Amino acid sequence: MKLITVAGPPSSGKTSIILKLIECMDRPKSSIGVVKFDCLTSFDNISYEEADIPIQIGFSGKTCPDHYFVSNIEDAVQWGLQSGFEMLITESAGLCNRCSPYIKGILSICVIDNLSGVNTPRKIGPMLKFADIVIVTKGDIVSQAEREVFAFNIKQVNILAKIIFINGITGQGSFLLAKYLQQALDINTVRDMKLRFTTPAAVCSYCTGETKIGELYQRGMMKKMEFKKI
Amino acid sequence: MKTLDFMKLINSQSLGEIIEQYPIASDFLANFRLNSISKESGLPQALEDVEDDILEEFGLDKNDILQNFCSFLETFAQTQSSIRMVSSITINGGINKLKESENISLTISAGEIISIVGPTGSGKSRLLNDIECLAQRDTPTHREIMVNGRELDDSQRFEMDGKLVAQLSQNMNFVMDLTVREFLEMHAKCRMTPNPNEVVQKCFECANQLTGENFSEDTKVTQLSGGQSRALMIADTAYMSDSPIVLIDEIENAGIDRRQALILLAKKEKIIFVSTHDPLLALSADKRIVIKNGGIVKIIETSEVEKQSLEAIEKFDNTLLKLRNCLRTGEQITEALLKL
Repeated sequence: MKLITVAGPPSSGKTSIILKLIECMDRPKSSIGVVKFDCLTSFDNISYEEADIPIQIGFSGKTCPDHYFVSNIEDAVQWGLQSGFEMLITESAGLCNRCSPYIKGILSICVIDNLSGVNTPRKIGPMLKFADIVIVTKGDIVSQAEREVFAFNIKQVNILAKIIFINGITGQGSFLLAKYLQQALDINTVRDMKLRFTTPAAVCSYCTGETKIGELYQRGMMKKMEFKKI
Repeated sequence: MKTLDFMKLINSQSLGEIIEQYPIASDFLANFRLNSISKESGLPQALEDVEDDILEEFGLDKNDILQNFCSFLETFAQTQSSIRMVSSITINGGINKLKESENISLTISAGEIISIVGPTGSGKSRLLNDIECLAQRDTPTHREIMVNGRELDDSQRFEMDGKLVAQLSQNMNFVMDLTVREFLEMHAKCRMTPNPNEVVQKCFECANQLTGENFSEDTKVTQLSGGQSRALMIADTAYMSDSPIVLIDEIENAGIDRRQALILLAKKEKIIFVSTHDPLLALSADKRIVIKNGGIVKIIETSEVEKQSLEAIEKFDNTLLKLRNCLRTGEQITEALLKL
Protein backbone atom coordinates (compact mmCIF):
# COMPACT_ATOMS: atom_id res chain seq x y z
CA MET A 1 0.00 0.00 0.00
CA LYS A 2 1.21 3.49 -0.80
CA LEU A 3 1.08 6.03 2.03
CA ILE A 4 0.88 9.76 1.34
CA THR A 5 0.82 12.44 4.04
CA VAL A 6 -0.85 15.75 3.30
CA ALA A 7 -0.57 18.76 5.61
CA GLY A 8 -1.49 22.42 5.39
CA PRO A 9 -3.03 25.36 7.23
CA PRO A 10 -6.79 25.21 7.91
CA SER A 11 -8.95 25.98 4.87
CA SER A 12 -6.03 25.91 2.46
CA GLY A 13 -7.86 23.36 0.31
CA LYS A 14 -6.44 19.99 1.42
CA THR A 15 -9.75 18.14 1.19
CA SER A 16 -10.64 19.61 -2.22
CA ILE A 17 -7.22 18.70 -3.57
CA ILE A 18 -7.44 15.12 -2.29
CA LEU A 19 -10.93 14.72 -3.76
CA LYS A 20 -9.84 16.04 -7.16
CA LEU A 21 -6.75 13.89 -7.02
CA ILE A 22 -8.69 10.69 -6.34
CA GLU A 23 -11.13 11.64 -9.09
CA CYS A 24 -8.40 11.88 -11.71
CA MET A 25 -6.53 8.76 -10.56
CA ASP A 26 -9.22 6.69 -12.21
CA ARG A 27 -9.11 3.75 -9.81
CA PRO A 28 -11.94 1.92 -8.04
CA LYS A 29 -13.17 4.21 -5.21
CA SER A 30 -12.76 1.54 -2.54
CA SER A 31 -9.04 1.23 -3.30
CA ILE A 32 -8.09 4.59 -1.81
CA GLY A 33 -8.79 5.51 1.82
CA VAL A 34 -8.35 8.73 3.76
CA VAL A 35 -7.51 9.34 7.42
CA LYS A 36 -8.21 12.85 8.59
CA PHE A 37 -6.41 14.14 11.69
CA ASP A 38 -8.32 17.17 12.86
CA CYS A 39 -8.47 19.22 16.05
CA LEU A 40 -11.96 19.79 17.37
CA THR A 41 -14.60 19.23 14.74
CA SER A 42 -14.62 18.49 11.06
CA PHE A 43 -17.19 18.52 8.32
CA ASP A 44 -14.96 17.03 5.67
CA ASN A 45 -16.26 13.51 6.28
CA ILE A 46 -19.41 14.62 4.45
CA SER A 47 -17.43 15.54 1.34
CA TYR A 48 -15.56 12.24 1.40
CA GLU A 49 -18.68 10.19 2.05
CA GLU A 50 -20.47 11.92 -0.81
CA ALA A 51 -17.62 10.87 -3.07
CA ASP A 52 -17.82 7.28 -1.74
CA ILE A 53 -14.31 7.42 -0.35
CA PRO A 54 -13.65 5.40 2.85
CA ILE A 55 -12.81 7.95 5.58
CA GLN A 56 -11.70 7.74 9.19
CA ILE A 57 -11.57 10.91 11.29
CA GLY A 58 -9.69 11.47 14.55
CA PHE A 59 -9.70 14.54 16.79
CA SER A 60 -6.58 15.54 18.67
CA GLY A 61 -8.65 17.55 21.15
CA LYS A 62 -6.44 19.00 23.85
CA THR A 63 -3.23 17.36 22.66
CA CYS A 64 -0.85 18.71 20.04
CA PRO A 65 -2.01 17.60 16.56
CA ASP A 66 1.49 16.42 15.59
CA HIS A 67 1.85 14.29 18.73
CA TYR A 68 -1.57 12.89 17.95
CA PHE A 69 -0.49 12.12 14.37
CA VAL A 70 2.66 10.27 15.32
CA SER A 71 0.93 8.20 18.00
CA ASN A 72 -1.77 7.06 15.60
CA ILE A 73 -0.11 6.75 12.23
CA GLU A 74 0.88 3.09 12.53
CA ASP A 75 -2.71 2.17 13.48
CA ALA A 76 -3.88 4.15 10.47
CA VAL A 77 -1.54 2.16 8.22
CA GLN A 78 -2.83 -1.12 9.65
CA TRP A 79 -6.43 0.04 9.13
CA GLY A 80 -5.57 0.79 5.51
CA LEU A 81 -3.97 -2.59 4.94
CA GLN A 82 -6.88 -4.45 6.54
CA SER A 83 -9.32 -2.49 4.39
CA GLY A 84 -7.42 -3.60 1.31
CA PHE A 85 -6.48 -0.11 0.09
CA GLU A 86 -3.89 0.41 -2.63
CA MET A 87 -3.30 3.89 -1.29
CA LEU A 88 -3.85 5.61 2.04
CA ILE A 89 -3.82 9.39 2.25
CA THR A 90 -3.56 11.11 5.62
CA GLU A 91 -4.72 14.68 5.95
CA SER A 92 -3.74 16.90 8.88
CA ALA A 93 -4.29 20.55 9.61
CA GLY A 94 -1.19 22.37 10.79
CA LEU A 95 -2.14 25.07 13.20
CA CYS A 96 1.00 26.52 14.75
CA ASN A 97 3.23 26.98 11.66
CA ARG A 98 5.52 24.41 13.16
CA CYS A 99 3.53 21.29 12.46
CA SER A 100 5.18 18.85 10.12
CA PRO A 101 3.55 15.42 10.18
CA TYR A 102 6.02 13.98 7.66
CA ILE A 103 7.91 10.71 7.78
CA LYS A 104 11.27 10.04 6.15
CA GLY A 105 10.74 8.00 2.98
CA ILE A 106 6.98 8.65 2.84
CA LEU A 107 5.78 11.07 0.16
CA SER A 108 4.90 14.33 1.90
CA ILE A 109 2.69 17.05 0.51
CA CYS A 110 2.09 20.56 1.83
CA VAL A 111 -0.95 22.54 0.65
CA ILE A 112 -0.94 26.32 0.96
CA ASP A 113 -3.13 28.94 -0.64
CA ASN A 114 -2.19 31.94 -2.69
CA LEU A 115 -4.47 34.24 -0.71
CA SER A 116 -2.57 33.78 2.53
CA GLY A 117 -0.09 36.53 1.67
CA VAL A 118 3.11 36.40 -0.37
CA ASN A 119 5.41 36.11 2.62
CA THR A 120 3.50 33.24 4.19
CA PRO A 121 5.75 30.57 2.63
CA ARG A 122 8.69 32.13 4.43
CA LYS A 123 6.87 31.94 7.76
CA ILE A 124 5.38 28.45 7.70
CA GLY A 125 8.53 26.55 8.60
CA PRO A 126 8.94 22.76 8.78
CA MET A 127 5.53 21.99 7.29
CA LEU A 128 6.72 23.61 4.06
CA LYS A 129 10.43 23.08 4.40
CA PHE A 130 10.25 19.30 4.75
CA ALA A 131 7.61 18.61 2.10
CA ASP A 132 8.44 16.83 -1.17
CA ILE A 133 5.65 18.51 -3.06
CA VAL A 134 4.12 21.91 -2.37
CA ILE A 135 0.67 22.48 -3.80
CA VAL A 136 -0.54 26.03 -4.24
CA THR A 137 -4.30 26.55 -4.35
CA LYS A 138 -6.57 29.51 -5.13
CA GLY A 139 -4.13 30.78 -7.76
CA ASP A 140 -7.02 31.36 -10.13
CA ILE A 141 -8.08 34.50 -8.29
CA VAL A 142 -4.75 36.29 -7.97
CA SER A 143 -2.50 37.78 -10.63
CA GLN A 144 0.22 35.85 -12.43
CA ALA A 145 2.81 38.05 -10.72
CA GLU A 146 1.54 37.10 -7.30
CA ARG A 147 1.64 33.43 -8.22
CA GLU A 148 5.23 33.78 -9.36
CA VAL A 149 6.35 35.70 -6.28
CA PHE A 150 4.61 33.11 -4.13
CA ALA A 151 6.38 30.23 -5.90
CA PHE A 152 9.66 32.09 -5.55
CA ASN A 153 9.15 32.45 -1.82
CA ILE A 154 8.39 28.73 -1.57
CA LYS A 155 11.67 27.98 -3.38
CA GLN A 156 13.49 30.17 -0.89
CA VAL A 157 12.45 27.91 1.95
CA ASN A 158 12.42 24.59 0.13
CA ILE A 159 14.71 24.50 -2.87
CA LEU A 160 14.06 20.87 -3.72
CA ALA A 161 10.27 20.83 -3.53
CA LYS A 162 8.18 20.41 -6.65
CA ILE A 163 5.63 23.18 -6.81
CA ILE A 164 2.28 22.41 -8.41
CA PHE A 165 -0.53 24.90 -8.85
CA ILE A 166 -3.89 23.22 -8.52
CA ASN A 167 -7.35 24.71 -8.86
CA GLY A 168 -9.39 22.97 -6.16
CA ILE A 169 -12.65 23.76 -7.91
CA THR A 170 -11.92 22.65 -11.47
CA GLY A 171 -9.13 20.23 -10.59
CA GLN A 172 -6.77 21.88 -13.09
CA GLY A 173 -3.26 20.71 -12.25
CA SER A 174 -4.26 17.61 -10.26
CA PHE A 175 -3.27 15.25 -13.07
CA LEU A 176 0.39 16.05 -12.61
CA LEU A 177 0.10 15.44 -8.88
CA ALA A 178 -1.49 12.04 -9.56
CA LYS A 179 1.52 11.21 -11.73
CA TYR A 180 3.86 12.05 -8.86
CA LEU A 181 2.00 9.83 -6.43
CA GLN A 182 2.80 6.79 -8.53
CA GLN A 183 6.36 7.18 -7.29
CA ALA A 184 5.32 6.84 -3.65
CA LEU A 185 6.84 3.96 -1.72
CA ASP A 186 4.87 0.76 -1.10
CA ILE A 187 4.87 -0.09 2.61
CA ASN A 188 3.20 -2.43 5.05
CA THR A 189 4.21 -0.63 8.24
CA VAL A 190 5.79 2.65 9.36
CA ARG A 191 7.17 1.11 12.54
CA ASP A 192 10.82 2.14 13.11
CA MET A 193 10.59 4.86 10.47
CA LYS A 194 11.49 8.37 11.57
CA LEU A 195 9.73 11.70 11.53
CA ARG A 196 11.40 14.29 9.31
CA PHE A 197 11.28 16.83 12.11
CA THR A 198 10.71 16.78 15.85
CA THR A 199 7.20 17.58 17.05
CA PRO A 200 6.70 20.74 19.11
CA ALA A 201 8.08 20.14 22.60
CA ALA A 202 5.75 21.16 25.38
CA VAL A 203 5.62 19.48 28.73
CA CYS A 204 4.57 22.17 31.12
CA SER A 205 1.91 22.69 33.74
CA TYR A 206 -0.41 24.23 31.14
CA CYS A 207 -0.28 21.01 29.09
CA THR A 208 -1.79 19.18 32.02
CA GLY A 209 -4.68 21.47 32.66
CA GLU A 210 -3.32 24.51 34.54
CA THR A 211 -5.24 27.67 33.66
CA LYS A 212 -4.00 30.26 36.18
CA ILE A 213 -1.52 32.91 35.01
CA GLY A 214 1.68 33.77 36.92
CA GLU A 215 5.16 32.48 37.59
CA LEU A 216 3.91 30.51 40.56
CA TYR A 217 1.93 28.21 38.28
CA GLN A 218 4.46 27.75 35.48
CA ARG A 219 6.31 24.44 35.72
CA GLY A 220 8.14 22.18 33.29
CA MET A 221 9.50 23.27 29.93
CA MET A 222 9.14 27.01 29.56
CA LYS A 223 10.44 29.44 27.00
CA LYS A 224 10.58 33.05 28.10
CA MET A 225 10.56 36.09 25.85
CA GLU A 226 13.17 38.79 26.22
CA PHE A 227 11.78 42.31 26.41
CA LYS A 228 14.13 45.16 25.54
CA LYS A 229 14.16 48.41 27.51
CA ILE A 230 12.95 51.38 25.51
CA MET B 1 28.83 28.36 -10.10
CA LYS B 2 28.25 25.17 -8.13
CA THR B 3 27.57 24.68 -4.42
CA LEU B 4 31.24 23.94 -3.84
CA ASP B 5 32.32 27.21 -5.45
CA PHE B 6 29.93 29.06 -3.18
CA MET B 7 31.41 27.20 -0.22
CA LYS B 8 34.81 28.64 -1.14
CA LEU B 9 33.23 32.05 -1.59
CA ILE B 10 31.64 32.16 1.86
CA ASN B 11 34.93 31.17 3.42
CA SER B 12 36.93 33.83 1.63
CA GLN B 13 34.56 36.80 1.68
CA SER B 14 32.65 38.65 4.36
CA LEU B 15 28.89 38.21 4.55
CA GLY B 16 28.48 41.89 3.66
CA GLU B 17 30.41 41.43 0.43
CA ILE B 18 28.35 38.40 -0.49
CA ILE B 19 25.09 40.25 0.14
CA GLU B 20 26.33 43.03 -2.12
CA GLN B 21 26.91 40.56 -4.96
CA TYR B 22 23.82 38.47 -4.24
CA PRO B 23 21.20 40.68 -2.56
CA ILE B 24 18.93 37.63 -2.28
CA ALA B 25 21.30 36.30 0.40
CA SER B 26 19.67 38.60 2.96
CA ASP B 27 16.35 36.85 2.34
CA PHE B 28 17.97 33.58 3.33
CA LEU B 29 19.17 35.08 6.61
CA ALA B 30 15.72 36.52 7.33
CA ASN B 31 14.10 33.14 6.69
CA PHE B 32 16.14 31.70 9.55
CA ARG B 33 15.87 34.73 11.83
CA LEU B 34 19.55 35.47 11.28
CA ASN B 35 19.13 39.00 9.89
CA SER B 36 21.00 40.63 12.73
CA ILE B 37 24.21 38.58 12.63
CA SER B 38 27.52 40.29 11.91
CA LYS B 39 28.10 41.12 8.24
CA GLU B 40 31.75 42.08 8.80
CA SER B 41 33.09 38.55 9.00
CA GLY B 42 32.42 35.49 6.88
CA LEU B 43 29.26 33.46 7.50
CA PRO B 44 31.08 30.58 9.28
CA GLN B 45 32.58 33.02 11.81
CA ALA B 46 29.37 35.00 12.17
CA LEU B 47 27.47 31.82 12.95
CA GLU B 48 29.71 31.13 15.93
CA ASP B 49 27.85 33.84 17.88
CA VAL B 50 24.48 32.29 17.12
CA GLU B 51 22.92 30.09 19.75
CA ASP B 52 22.33 26.49 18.67
CA ASP B 53 18.82 26.66 20.12
CA ILE B 54 17.67 29.11 17.47
CA LEU B 55 18.88 26.94 14.60
CA GLU B 56 17.48 23.82 16.24
CA GLU B 57 14.01 25.32 16.04
CA PHE B 58 14.42 25.13 12.27
CA GLY B 59 15.80 21.60 12.49
CA LEU B 60 19.29 22.69 11.46
CA ASP B 61 22.80 22.93 12.85
CA LYS B 62 25.53 25.35 11.80
CA ASN B 63 26.87 23.07 9.13
CA ASP B 64 23.41 22.65 7.62
CA ILE B 65 23.04 26.42 7.47
CA LEU B 66 26.28 26.74 5.50
CA GLN B 67 25.23 23.95 3.13
CA ASN B 68 21.75 25.36 2.68
CA PHE B 69 23.10 28.87 2.15
CA CYS B 70 25.34 27.65 -0.66
CA SER B 71 22.67 25.64 -2.47
CA PHE B 72 20.32 28.59 -2.00
CA LEU B 73 22.80 30.87 -3.77
CA GLU B 74 23.37 28.27 -6.46
CA THR B 75 19.65 27.97 -7.16
CA PHE B 76 18.95 31.65 -7.27
CA ALA B 77 22.09 32.67 -9.14
CA GLN B 78 20.78 30.88 -12.22
CA THR B 79 18.89 33.50 -14.14
CA GLN B 80 18.23 31.53 -17.31
CA SER B 81 15.67 28.77 -17.02
CA SER B 82 15.33 26.01 -19.59
CA ILE B 83 11.58 26.48 -19.67
CA ARG B 84 11.97 29.63 -21.75
CA MET B 85 13.42 27.67 -24.63
CA VAL B 86 10.02 26.69 -25.97
CA SER B 87 9.92 27.62 -29.63
CA SER B 88 6.86 25.58 -30.56
CA ILE B 89 4.25 23.25 -29.17
CA THR B 90 2.31 20.65 -31.10
CA ILE B 91 -1.14 19.39 -30.20
CA ASN B 92 -1.75 15.88 -31.54
CA GLY B 93 -5.43 15.00 -31.42
CA GLY B 94 -6.94 12.41 -29.10
CA ILE B 95 -10.60 11.58 -28.65
CA ASN B 96 -13.74 13.54 -27.72
CA LYS B 97 -16.38 12.63 -25.13
CA LEU B 98 -18.07 10.31 -27.65
CA LYS B 99 -14.75 8.47 -28.17
CA GLU B 100 -14.49 9.78 -31.72
CA SER B 101 -11.00 10.55 -32.97
CA GLU B 102 -10.05 14.24 -33.25
CA ASN B 103 -7.75 13.56 -36.15
CA ILE B 104 -5.73 16.76 -35.97
CA SER B 105 -2.19 17.90 -35.48
CA LEU B 106 -1.51 21.56 -34.87
CA THR B 107 1.92 23.11 -34.36
CA ILE B 108 2.00 26.55 -32.82
CA SER B 109 5.17 28.66 -32.86
CA ALA B 110 6.30 31.30 -30.41
CA GLY B 111 4.61 34.61 -31.22
CA GLU B 112 1.42 32.99 -32.53
CA ILE B 113 -2.02 33.75 -31.15
CA ILE B 114 -4.60 30.98 -31.06
CA SER B 115 -8.17 31.48 -29.93
CA ILE B 116 -10.29 28.70 -28.50
CA VAL B 117 -14.02 28.91 -29.11
CA GLY B 118 -16.92 26.67 -28.18
CA PRO B 119 -19.99 26.58 -25.93
CA THR B 120 -19.56 26.66 -22.15
CA GLY B 121 -18.70 23.19 -20.89
CA SER B 122 -17.55 22.01 -24.31
CA GLY B 123 -14.05 21.17 -23.13
CA LYS B 124 -12.00 24.35 -23.47
CA SER B 125 -10.44 23.99 -20.04
CA ARG B 126 -9.70 20.32 -20.73
CA LEU B 127 -7.53 21.46 -23.62
CA LEU B 128 -5.78 23.93 -21.37
CA ASN B 129 -5.20 21.22 -18.76
CA ASP B 130 -3.64 18.99 -21.40
CA ILE B 131 -1.28 21.76 -22.43
CA GLU B 132 -0.38 22.63 -18.86
CA CYS B 133 0.53 19.06 -17.89
CA LEU B 134 2.05 18.32 -21.30
CA ALA B 135 -0.27 15.36 -21.83
CA GLN B 136 1.39 12.31 -23.37
CA ARG B 137 -1.72 10.32 -24.37
CA ASP B 138 -2.26 9.64 -20.67
CA THR B 139 -5.09 12.09 -19.89
CA PRO B 140 -8.80 11.35 -20.49
CA THR B 141 -8.59 13.06 -23.90
CA HIS B 142 -5.61 10.93 -25.02
CA ARG B 143 -4.04 14.02 -26.55
CA GLU B 144 -0.33 14.42 -26.94
CA ILE B 145 1.46 17.72 -26.47
CA MET B 146 4.96 17.94 -27.91
CA VAL B 147 7.46 20.70 -27.16
CA ASN B 148 9.83 21.79 -29.92
CA GLY B 149 8.61 18.80 -31.94
CA ARG B 150 9.57 16.24 -29.32
CA GLU B 151 7.74 13.93 -26.93
CA LEU B 152 8.53 14.35 -23.27
CA ASP B 153 9.25 11.88 -20.50
CA ASP B 154 7.83 12.25 -17.00
CA SER B 155 10.94 13.83 -15.52
CA GLN B 156 10.87 16.56 -18.16
CA ARG B 157 7.19 17.16 -17.43
CA PHE B 158 7.91 17.51 -13.71
CA GLU B 159 10.69 20.00 -14.38
CA MET B 160 8.15 22.68 -15.24
CA ASP B 161 7.38 23.56 -11.65
CA GLY B 162 4.26 25.42 -12.65
CA LYS B 163 6.20 27.75 -14.89
CA LEU B 164 5.04 26.62 -18.32
CA VAL B 165 1.75 28.45 -18.42
CA ALA B 166 0.98 31.97 -17.28
CA GLN B 167 -2.71 32.58 -16.84
CA LEU B 168 -4.81 35.69 -17.06
CA SER B 169 -8.48 35.61 -16.30
CA GLN B 170 -11.40 37.85 -15.62
CA ASN B 171 -11.72 36.99 -11.94
CA MET B 172 -8.08 37.62 -11.05
CA ASN B 173 -7.34 40.35 -8.55
CA PHE B 174 -4.41 41.86 -6.77
CA VAL B 175 -4.36 40.91 -3.11
CA MET B 176 -1.04 42.47 -2.09
CA ASP B 177 -1.05 45.74 -0.26
CA LEU B 178 1.66 47.41 -2.34
CA THR B 179 2.01 50.35 -4.70
CA VAL B 180 2.35 49.67 -8.42
CA ARG B 181 6.08 50.33 -8.28
CA GLU B 182 6.69 48.17 -5.19
CA PHE B 183 4.65 45.43 -6.79
CA LEU B 184 6.67 45.45 -10.01
CA GLU B 185 9.94 45.67 -8.09
CA MET B 186 8.99 42.66 -6.04
CA HIS B 187 8.24 40.65 -9.16
CA ALA B 188 11.48 41.83 -10.81
CA LYS B 189 13.43 40.78 -7.75
CA CYS B 190 12.22 37.22 -7.89
CA ARG B 191 12.98 37.05 -11.60
CA MET B 192 16.58 38.02 -10.76
CA THR B 193 16.27 40.59 -13.54
CA PRO B 194 19.72 42.09 -14.16
CA ASN B 195 18.39 45.63 -14.72
CA PRO B 196 15.24 45.79 -12.59
CA ASN B 197 14.68 49.55 -12.75
CA GLU B 198 14.57 49.59 -16.51
CA VAL B 199 12.15 46.66 -16.77
CA VAL B 200 9.91 48.07 -14.05
CA GLN B 201 9.76 51.41 -15.87
CA LYS B 202 8.97 49.78 -19.24
CA CYS B 203 6.31 47.63 -17.71
CA PHE B 204 4.69 50.59 -15.99
CA GLU B 205 4.67 52.70 -19.18
CA CYS B 206 3.28 49.86 -21.21
CA ALA B 207 0.45 49.24 -18.73
CA ASN B 208 -0.49 52.89 -19.02
CA GLN B 209 -0.57 52.65 -22.81
CA LEU B 210 -2.93 49.70 -22.65
CA THR B 211 -5.48 51.45 -20.48
CA GLY B 212 -7.32 54.63 -21.24
CA GLU B 213 -7.33 55.66 -17.59
CA ASN B 214 -3.76 56.53 -16.58
CA PHE B 215 -2.45 55.69 -13.14
CA SER B 216 0.67 56.67 -11.20
CA GLU B 217 3.26 54.31 -9.85
CA ASP B 218 2.36 55.30 -6.30
CA THR B 219 -1.18 53.95 -6.65
CA LYS B 220 -1.91 50.91 -4.54
CA VAL B 221 -2.51 47.90 -6.77
CA THR B 222 -5.65 47.10 -4.82
CA GLN B 223 -7.08 50.51 -5.74
CA LEU B 224 -6.70 50.14 -9.50
CA SER B 225 -9.87 49.92 -11.59
CA GLY B 226 -10.72 46.72 -13.43
CA GLY B 227 -9.21 48.01 -16.69
CA GLN B 228 -6.08 49.34 -15.00
CA SER B 229 -5.56 46.05 -13.14
CA ARG B 230 -5.94 44.04 -16.35
CA ALA B 231 -3.51 46.36 -18.16
CA LEU B 232 -0.92 46.01 -15.40
CA MET B 233 -1.33 42.23 -15.31
CA ILE B 234 -0.83 41.96 -19.07
CA ALA B 235 2.19 44.27 -19.14
CA ASP B 236 3.66 42.39 -16.20
CA THR B 237 3.09 39.00 -17.88
CA ALA B 238 4.69 40.30 -21.08
CA TYR B 239 7.78 41.82 -19.51
CA MET B 240 8.38 39.82 -16.37
CA SER B 241 6.85 36.38 -16.56
CA ASP B 242 9.11 33.47 -17.45
CA SER B 243 6.32 31.33 -18.83
CA PRO B 244 6.50 30.70 -22.58
CA ILE B 245 2.77 30.03 -22.85
CA VAL B 246 0.08 32.53 -21.88
CA LEU B 247 -3.48 31.52 -21.42
CA ILE B 248 -6.14 34.20 -21.45
CA ASP B 249 -9.64 33.47 -20.29
CA GLU B 250 -11.64 36.43 -21.65
CA ILE B 251 -10.59 40.02 -21.09
CA GLU B 252 -13.45 42.35 -20.35
CA ASN B 253 -13.69 45.21 -22.80
CA ALA B 254 -13.85 48.01 -20.25
CA GLY B 255 -10.83 50.27 -20.10
CA ILE B 256 -8.26 48.25 -21.98
CA ASP B 257 -7.08 47.92 -25.56
CA ARG B 258 -7.45 44.16 -26.01
CA ARG B 259 -5.93 43.92 -29.46
CA GLN B 260 -2.86 45.85 -28.39
CA ALA B 261 -2.58 43.59 -25.36
CA LEU B 262 -2.48 40.47 -27.54
CA ILE B 263 0.03 42.01 -29.94
CA LEU B 264 2.27 42.98 -27.04
CA LEU B 265 2.31 39.42 -25.67
CA ALA B 266 2.93 37.94 -29.13
CA LYS B 267 5.84 40.33 -29.69
CA LYS B 268 7.44 38.90 -26.58
CA GLU B 269 7.67 35.55 -28.39
CA LYS B 270 5.07 33.85 -26.28
CA ILE B 271 2.52 31.30 -27.42
CA ILE B 272 -0.88 32.72 -26.67
CA PHE B 273 -4.18 30.95 -26.21
CA VAL B 274 -7.32 33.03 -25.76
CA SER B 275 -10.44 31.28 -24.68
CA THR B 276 -13.18 33.70 -25.62
CA HIS B 277 -16.69 34.47 -26.89
CA ASP B 278 -15.62 37.98 -27.91
CA PRO B 279 -15.40 38.44 -31.72
CA LEU B 280 -12.64 41.05 -31.42
CA LEU B 281 -10.38 38.70 -29.46
CA ALA B 282 -11.30 35.58 -31.43
CA LEU B 283 -10.54 37.23 -34.77
CA SER B 284 -7.33 38.87 -33.55
CA ALA B 285 -5.86 35.38 -33.40
CA ASP B 286 -3.98 33.75 -36.26
CA LYS B 287 -6.05 30.57 -35.96
CA ARG B 288 -8.96 29.42 -33.90
CA ILE B 289 -9.65 26.03 -32.42
CA VAL B 290 -13.32 25.07 -32.35
CA ILE B 291 -14.33 22.72 -29.55
CA LYS B 292 -17.46 20.59 -29.33
CA ASN B 293 -18.30 17.55 -27.18
CA GLY B 294 -14.93 17.68 -25.48
CA GLY B 295 -13.00 17.44 -28.74
CA ILE B 296 -11.39 19.71 -31.32
CA VAL B 297 -13.71 19.66 -34.34
CA LYS B 298 -12.09 22.30 -36.49
CA ILE B 299 -9.10 24.56 -36.79
CA ILE B 300 -9.90 27.69 -38.74
CA GLU B 301 -7.27 30.05 -40.07
CA THR B 302 -8.46 33.65 -39.71
CA SER B 303 -9.36 34.70 -43.26
CA GLU B 304 -8.50 38.02 -44.92
CA VAL B 305 -12.18 38.99 -44.83
CA GLU B 306 -12.29 38.26 -41.12
CA LYS B 307 -9.14 40.27 -40.50
CA GLN B 308 -10.60 43.21 -42.37
CA SER B 309 -13.81 42.95 -40.38
CA LEU B 310 -11.81 43.62 -37.25
CA GLU B 311 -11.93 47.33 -37.95
CA ALA B 312 -15.71 47.34 -38.16
CA ILE B 313 -15.91 45.29 -34.97
CA GLU B 314 -13.61 47.71 -33.23
CA LYS B 315 -15.97 50.53 -34.21
CA PHE B 316 -18.92 48.72 -32.66
CA ASP B 317 -16.82 48.24 -29.63
CA ASN B 318 -15.83 51.89 -29.40
CA THR B 319 -19.46 52.92 -29.78
CA LEU B 320 -20.40 50.72 -26.83
CA LEU B 321 -17.53 52.15 -24.85
CA LYS B 322 -18.66 55.69 -25.61
CA LEU B 323 -22.19 54.85 -24.47
CA ARG B 324 -20.85 53.35 -21.29
CA ASN B 325 -18.77 56.44 -20.55
CA CYS B 326 -21.71 58.76 -21.23
CA LEU B 327 -23.86 56.86 -18.76
CA ARG B 328 -21.06 56.91 -16.25
CA THR B 329 -20.63 60.66 -16.41
CA GLY B 330 -24.37 61.31 -16.15
CA GLU B 331 -25.00 62.30 -19.78
CA GLN B 332 -27.94 61.30 -21.94
CA ILE B 333 -27.75 58.95 -24.90
CA THR B 334 -28.43 60.72 -28.21
CA GLU B 335 -28.92 59.41 -31.72
CA ALA B 336 -25.61 60.95 -32.79
CA LEU B 337 -23.79 58.75 -30.33
CA LEU B 338 -25.23 55.62 -31.91
CA LYS B 339 -23.87 56.47 -35.36
CA LEU B 340 -20.78 54.43 -36.15
